[in-house]
Amino acid sequence: MAEEVLLQVKNATKSFGGVKAVVDVSLSLFKGEILGMIGPNGSGKTTLVNLITGFVKPDSGEVLFKDKRITGLQPHKIANLGITRTFQIMRPYHSLSAFKNLIVPLYSPRVRRSTGGRLGDRDAVAIDILEEIGFERDAYVPYKIASSLPLGYLKRLELARCIAMRPEIIICDEIFSGLSMAEIATMVPLLEKLQMQGTTIMMIEHRLRELFRLVNRVIVLNFGEKLAEGIPEEVIEKPDVREAYLGTEVDNVRD
Amino acid sequence: MLTQVGPRERRKERLDRGLKVRTEGIYALSSGKEALYLLAPRLTLILGLLILPLLMPNLYWQRVICITGVFGLLSLAFDFLANYVGLICLGGALFMGVGGYITGILNSLFGMPLVATIPAATVVGAVFSTVLLSPCFPLRGIYFAIVTLMYPLAASRIIEALDIFGGTEGMADLDTLPNIWFASYSIIPVLLVSLFALRRLVTEDIGLVLRGLKDNDQAAKASGISITRYKAYSTFIASAIGCFTGAYLVHLYGWAGISLFALDFSILPIAASVIGGMGTLVGPVLGAFILIPLTELLRELGTLRIVFYSLLLAGFIVFNPEGLMTYAQRKYHQFEHWVEV
Amino acid sequence: MGILIYGIINSIVFALIAMGFALVYGISRLPNFAHGAFYILAGFLTYTFLLGLGLNSPTSIILSLIIIAGIGAAVYRFLLIRIRGMEASEIIASLAIGLAIMEGLRFAGFRGKTYTLPVFLEGTVRIAGVPVDFQRLIIIGVGVVLIVVLWLFTHHTKVGLALRAMAQDEGAALMLGIDTDFAALIALALGSVLAGLAAIVILPLGNITVETGYDILINAIAVCIIGGLGSWVGAVIASFILGFAQMLTVYIVGAQWQMVVGLLAIILILIARPSGLLARQKELEERV
Ligand SMILES: Nc1ncnc2c1ncn2[C@@H]1O[C@H](COP(=O)(O)OP(=O)(O)OP(=O)(O)O)[C@@H](O)[C@H]1O
Ligand SMILES: [Mg+2]
Repeated sequence: MAEEVLLQVKNATKSFGGVKAVVDVSLSLFKGEILGMIGPNGSGKTTLVNLITGFVKPDSGEVLFKDKRITGLQPHKIANLGITRTFQIMRPYHSLSAFKNLIVPLYSPRVRRSTGGRLGDRDAVAIDILEEIGFERDAYVPYKIASSLPLGYLKRLELARCIAMRPEIIICDEIFSGLSMAEIATMVPLLEKLQMQGTTIMMIEHRLRELFRLVNRVIVLNFGEKLAEGIPEEVIEKPDVREAYLGTEVDNVRD
Repeated sequence: MLTQVGPRERRKERLDRGLKVRTEGIYALSSGKEALYLLAPRLTLILGLLILPLLMPNLYWQRVICITGVFGLLSLAFDFLANYVGLICLGGALFMGVGGYITGILNSLFGMPLVATIPAATVVGAVFSTVLLSPCFPLRGIYFAIVTLMYPLAASRIIEALDIFGGTEGMADLDTLPNIWFASYSIIPVLLVSLFALRRLVTEDIGLVLRGLKDNDQAAKASGISITRYKAYSTFIASAIGCFTGAYLVHLYGWAGISLFALDFSILPIAASVIGGMGTLVGPVLGAFILIPLTELLRELGTLRIVFYSLLLAGFIVFNPEGLMTYAQRKYHQFEHWVEV
Repeated sequence: MGILIYGIINSIVFALIAMGFALVYGISRLPNFAHGAFYILAGFLTYTFLLGLGLNSPTSIILSLIIIAGIGAAVYRFLLIRIRGMEASEIIASLAIGLAIMEGLRFAGFRGKTYTLPVFLEGTVRIAGVPVDFQRLIIIGVGVVLIVVLWLFTHHTKVGLALRAMAQDEGAALMLGIDTDFAALIALALGSVLAGLAAIVILPLGNITVETGYDILINAIAVCIIGGLGSWVGAVIASFILGFAQMLTVYIVGAQWQMVVGLLAIILILIARPSGLLARQKELEERV
């Protein structure tokens, strides 16, 4: 199967003051795959996401989406091209109720264009998306004010906001962290379904066990550099990867 | 909803009154009584404001009502920008001055009649103000507040230094509104229409986008929303309101000058909004109708007026930031009573 | 030569004016928009003690400084403390307090008549052929001493370093047991004293009017914005930039442009480089 490269990062480098957050990282994201990205705290994963999505401008290097340069475009332009991301520090619209949170992406030029302005009732669409992601409608969860929602729902709201954009690529920045096994269990099938529908997903995770059930390829970052890339089982056997992780979490994966 | 206050034996219980389903302005009306429950406050407001000019004893107080209308509009614009878009604009006087000077120039230099200059000043002024403020849109919080505070100060000093548009003297002998009835019955409908239009706008989808911007602009960017564009839209709306009031005031007095950029026009609307209840849109308007007549009573005493409203402003923002309207709304929608436990 | 010497004097005046504002913001992240009011209040207090009640100058100065410190502390303790961290409210409330003080002074009768403080020492000297009066030399002296003392305090003493640490991360400071509220209270008291001190040395050069209060606030903000809010060294350098810029503007274009310099500087800097001319890194670039 000839795989089509959807997104490409070429030699991206970014430093903040003296801190080298991302150093000469290159990677390719193939259409329809779920790519995992792991690395210890502060290894530059979030910064890489910011570089791709335009929130941070790289010092050097470039990002290509469908072979077109998107480096330096403003974040909202990149989002409208179909690359969306969740935020590690959740960023809900806290004064709006959960389903109204989704009105914002549903109002974006991308969605309005793709539906030809005939989206119908945005509220209904929003509630459907939320229900699918596990906001129980019967318990009126989608109607709750976002600031009153517990962490589990907020993480899922982040993902829902991406889904509402009908994106081609979703980049999830640690959406599993802080969630219970049960909550993760409701999200995994959803991610798989998205993949089936053709969405490409990049997942940044510290919860390796859950991550490895979903992905077929991982990239390891350490101190901003790409340490390894490949099939999860092989990658974690590498001594330098184990060293970067100091053993603990990696051992957990192999039960 | 239960709130625990004070000792354990007694607690304050709040019960929703009126309608059963009430989520973010979505009501399920099932009877005429309920419809009345919703309409009564609105009707009172509309009729009250329309009757008000008739009740004024003399020309002086009729003028006060007109000026109050001006401040009501400015407060509305401030509240909209601050609490629905997240732009804390401390420079309402900028809009005032821009609108006022444009109408003054059109009227005195080009001899255009006021039916043309007021709309022109509103639109052109709004475009101009939006362009002036647009470089500040990426700024957040305190920085935006500081720049906007400085704009009107800079504008008046520059006009003074260049000695243009009449310099410190201003432009006198401009057209005035035909009579006081025309004056009051033009500002009050504009105020009401702006109020209800903005209230409508903020509950529409585009209003939600604006509120999203305020809550979290990064997330809005990630959702494909151009921050600059939506901030520009809302600034245009707010500055159109402000520029209209500037133009109106100029033709009320037949004079345009540097005092249009005075700090009064920036701070009084903020005071009215804070006192009336930020984020309610109606509150700031009512706040203006409480505060402005009060300050007028003090006008004879010179600057004590400014001391008075400054202290009220500081007091409210520190001790009662929710303002009168939020309090009143809660009382209207809920019973509150003590129950023994 | 004259331009150089008077430029330096003007710059030190700016530094003195901005010092209090910078200190308060640097320690407690509180934009104290009542700064200009404190300045002018100190001027009128000293005037009242000195010329109204006929006390001698050391007593008047010390009394005014104590009172102004008390007012600063009280404003924090009873008002601003409740809205800490809400930046918009802090600005609006402090601006309103400042307005109330200034317009209150005007109402109390401090207008029209010319009020002025006597110079400390009569006489002039010639420096490189340029006549400079003693009062301006005193300004330079006080200014330089304060700049050095405050720099040493904030950068080389334990308390100063703790205060700066607090400014950067209040949460962490709380965890380390630093009483951030008390520190902010001290900061505001100190900041007010600095405003008062500046007033007492600078005001003898001209008249005391309420309008001065507004100009002082604008200039203080301008200095801090150019130097980057919260940056101490930046503020000092910015004073020199603004001091000379204003001097040259008045000299070349005309005195009516004097205040426009500061205002335009604020607007342009905030638009072009909000973190200040001298900030090495764009701190405003928020973490995502
Ligand atoms: N806006 C910024 N300004 C300054 N330094 C930053 C900024 N963003 C990130 N850094 C630094 O860059 C480095 C990489 O941070 P990044 O957030 O990308 O790591 P991460 O892999 O996502 O870590 P985590 O697993 O904790 O989320 C860190 O040292 C961080 O302190
Ligand atoms: Mg991260």
